[in-house]
Amino acid sequence: MTEPAIPQVATTQDDSPHEHISGIGSSVAIWIALLICTGLTAGVAFIDLGPFNTIVALGIATFKAILVVLFFMHVKYTHEKLTGLVIASAIFFLFILLTLSMADYGTRLWR
Amino acid sequence: MATAAPVELGERESYLNAGHGFKSWLLTRDHKRISMLYLLSVTFFFFIGGIFALLIRLELLTPAGDLVQSDTYNKLFTMHGQVMVFFFLIPAVPAVLGNFLIPIMIGAKDLAFPRINLLSWYFYIGGGLLMVYTILVGGVDTGWTFYTPLSTEFANTHVITAILGIFLAGFSSILTGLNFIVTIHRMRAPGMTWNRLPLFVWSHYATSIIQVLGTPVVAITLVLVALERLFHLGIFNPQLGGDPLLFQHLFWFYSHPAVYIMILPGMGIVSEIVCCFSRKRIFGYQAMAMAVLGIAVLGFLVWAHHMFVAGISVYSALVFSLLSYFVAVPSAVKVFNWTATMYKGSISFQTPMLYAFGFIGLFTIGGLTGLFLACLGVDVHVTDTYFVIAHFHYVMVGGMVVAYLGGMHFWWPKISGRMYPEFWGKLAALIVFIGFNLTFFPQFILGYMGMPRRYHAYPAEFQILNVLSTAGATVLAVGYLLPMIYFVWSMRYGPIAPANPWNAAGLEWQIPSPPPTENFEEEPVVTWEAYNYEDLGAVPEKQEVSVGH
Amino acid sequence: MATNQAAVVGTHADQHDPALLHHFATKEQQKNSASLGMWLFLGQEVMFFGGMFCAYLVYRYKYFGDFGSASQTLNIWYGAINTGVLLCSSLTVVLAVRAAQLNKRKALTVWLLLTIVLGLAFLGIKGIEYAEKFQDHHIPGPTFAYHGTVPSHPNQQVDPHHAEIYFSLYFAMTGMHALHMIIGVGLFGTLAFWAWRGKYSANYYTPIENAGLYWHFVDIVWIYLFPLLYLIDRHR
Repeated sequence: MTEPAIPQVATTQDDSPHEHISGIGSSVAIWIALLICTGLTAGVAFIDLGPFNTIVALGIATFKAILVVLFFMHVKYTHEKLTGLVIASAIFFLFILLTLSMADYGTRLWR
Repeated sequence: MATAAPVELGERESYLNAGHGFKSWLLTRDHKRISMLYLLSVTFFFFIGGIFALLIRLELLTPAGDLVQSDTYNKLFTMHGQVMVFFFLIPAVPAVLGNFLIPIMIGAKDLAFPRINLLSWYFYIGGGLLMVYTILVGGVDTGWTFYTPLSTEFANTHVITAILGIFLAGFSSILTGLNFIVTIHRMRAPGMTWNRLPLFVWSHYATSIIQVLGTPVVAITLVLVALERLFHLGIFNPQLGGDPLLFQHLFWFYSHPAVYIMILPGMGIVSEIVCCFSRKRIFGYQAMAMAVLGIAVLGFLVWAHHMFVAGISVYSALVFSLLSYFVAVPSAVKVFNWTATMYKGSISFQTPMLYAFGFIGLFTIGGLTGLFLACLGVDVHVTDTYFVIAHFHYVMVGGMVVAYLGGMHFWWPKISGRMYPEFWGKLAALIVFIGFNLTFFPQFILGYMGMPRRYHAYPAEFQILNVLSTAGATVLAVGYLLPMIYFVWSMRYGPIAPANPWNAAGLEWQIPSPPPTENFEEEPVVTWEAYNYEDLGAVPEKQEVSVGH
Repeated sequence: MATNQAAVVGTHADQHDPALLHHFATKEQQKNSASLGMWLFLGQEVMFFGGMFCAYLVYRYKYFGDFGSASQTLNIWYGAINTGVLLCSSLTVVLAVRAAQLNKRKALTVWLLLTIVLGLAFLGIKGIEYAEKFQDHHIPGPTFAYHGTVPSHPNQQVDPHHAEIYFSLYFAMTGMHALHMIIGVGLFGTLAFWAWRGKYSANYYTPIENAGLYWHFVDIVWIYLFPLLYLIDRHR
């Protein structure tokens, strides 16, 4: 290991891919969107949409989760594709657990 | 790629003598030392599980339940299963051979998270102590599968301490898998592309995916069982509106992929051994890599084939049966490719290769009988009989344990710097093969004839096959004891091993035996493909250093 | 792969950086490894909670009416406020990471402490809810008692066994969530201490970032728990 000729000063970015720094404005905007969605989901729960109540509630929850993952967890700004693969895999296998289990429960009463 | 000149073992620094005393081992961050800590612990638990097996086989020598009471017998097969599955089969290859070899095979100094690696071992030991405690205070009798409502409501044995032990062992497994995935993604040396990785590494990568994503489900399920047992909830209790099958769905969602955690590393070992002792590169490298990934993914889709007669809907049973047939395809691809690798190869029959041959044959039988079970019509008759027991012992013992032994022999010179005695190695391999088949082949017939599992008494006409099986178990035990003895013997009296006794391909063979703590003096730069056996000569006549003790 | 090239040409500055562990070649490799490790851990957490979501899905499907009735005994205001509290704490975490990236030691410490306060507020409200459930005899076990009718079906009595299953899952899921929050609060407490001592900067803030990922995940679990547990059949 050769000695460095001049000691280097540690800089903010010493490696090429720049880490995204969240802006205050955009973070607050996402936060407000999340709060609005929370109010929305609570409010819509009191309206009778029949079977769609559940779908709307889960839809809003998923939208909120996507906002958190993309913006708060910086997934939108990462160069790393592996992160998306890990998230997708976990969701995929959870989906398998839920759907194939329900394939049993949903068809038990079929003749 | 010339190997370093052999040096007296006592003079050279290696990971074994870098630092002395308990602290240097118990607080180590060296992946090689951690793997040795695991080696001692998994061997201990294999021994414990084996004792339970011998007690089972002793009871089954006679048709009457005369050695132990039925309650005790229930504990014997439960503890045998739990100890073997959670404390031997799942951790053994990844935590011993995987830990030791993966960093070296990819050209790294250590795993990505050495401290988490050590933590994994401590979780394993914690879980193991809880399991030993459970055994000492009377054991569990629910079957290793903890089916409800027996485990939640009616069992009066130490279910919760067993659950806690398994939970900790599971967390150890999750952390090991996480460590391997990050290591393989991030720590490869320059030039070590994905397509140059040894298949041993690919296998552990696929295994790690299962460990990380599957184990948490059984963890939470066992937590729910413990809570239900403590507070008399009704989640799995039919008297309180719960469904026992929900437990089985959640349990098998992990426990089926778990069997692929057990077998995939063994398949990785076999790929390494077959290539070395056929002096040929693997046939169909891409297919072999994709096959282990395919097994890992498909393995998550088939769990309810353990529940065909439990009361699931016939329509979902059909779906799971079909999916179970699919998962056999990548496994078959692997068997074909190993065979094709050997075709026109220059085959030599050292001990590791004997185990590899054993694996290929026995795993094939085990795998095919799995397909018998995947067929709904057949399963109705043979489920919960000795047919199932024979099937899974063929894949787990004839497959995984045989592969583990093969790997231990193949890499022993690297790990210890010593050669095991080849004659005894071959003899033990033969004894294991004979003992194994004598133990478990009769069980296929017993199951077909209708002998149910988990019974300590049986009709008199089944006795002769049971006697054969018990005789086989004794022979098998001898076959297991021999390597334990001569491996230990070799550490002091075995011939000193050179860096590459088998003239094998792979980065691990280019560093000294045993390796220094930091593995590589200089970070390797890889410019060759995996299994470049056309550049290497034959397996040397003798696997020892010409100068030495 | 970029990482491999980086492994060969590790910067000199890296080699003397006390934050670089010896088995890594560059700080980038170390940071990317820690990040991937954290995401994999979150992946397994998805499956860990997922097992309980599966149990919940099955019984909600089977006993929809009874679950609806039991759900309405939860206080929707506490649930909604708690959701808001957690969303605020996610914002403070984002701002904490930003402060670390901008070398703002005091701001970082403040945001971390605010996150802890909000986390404790959540746990406090949860404690109040649990106390209420205790008084209502809705804690599963020997003291459990439930009387109610299925929403919109005043003639249909709720099977108390099914209600007990609802509450078992309610306590298991929110309890496991709360346990993760407690761990998170402890984690942030440790980080706040070291942040105040100046350990984190733009050069090294990986623990802040990864703890943040953990906290956001715990927030996401609650984002699903709130509608699933509190908002069944509310319109009846």
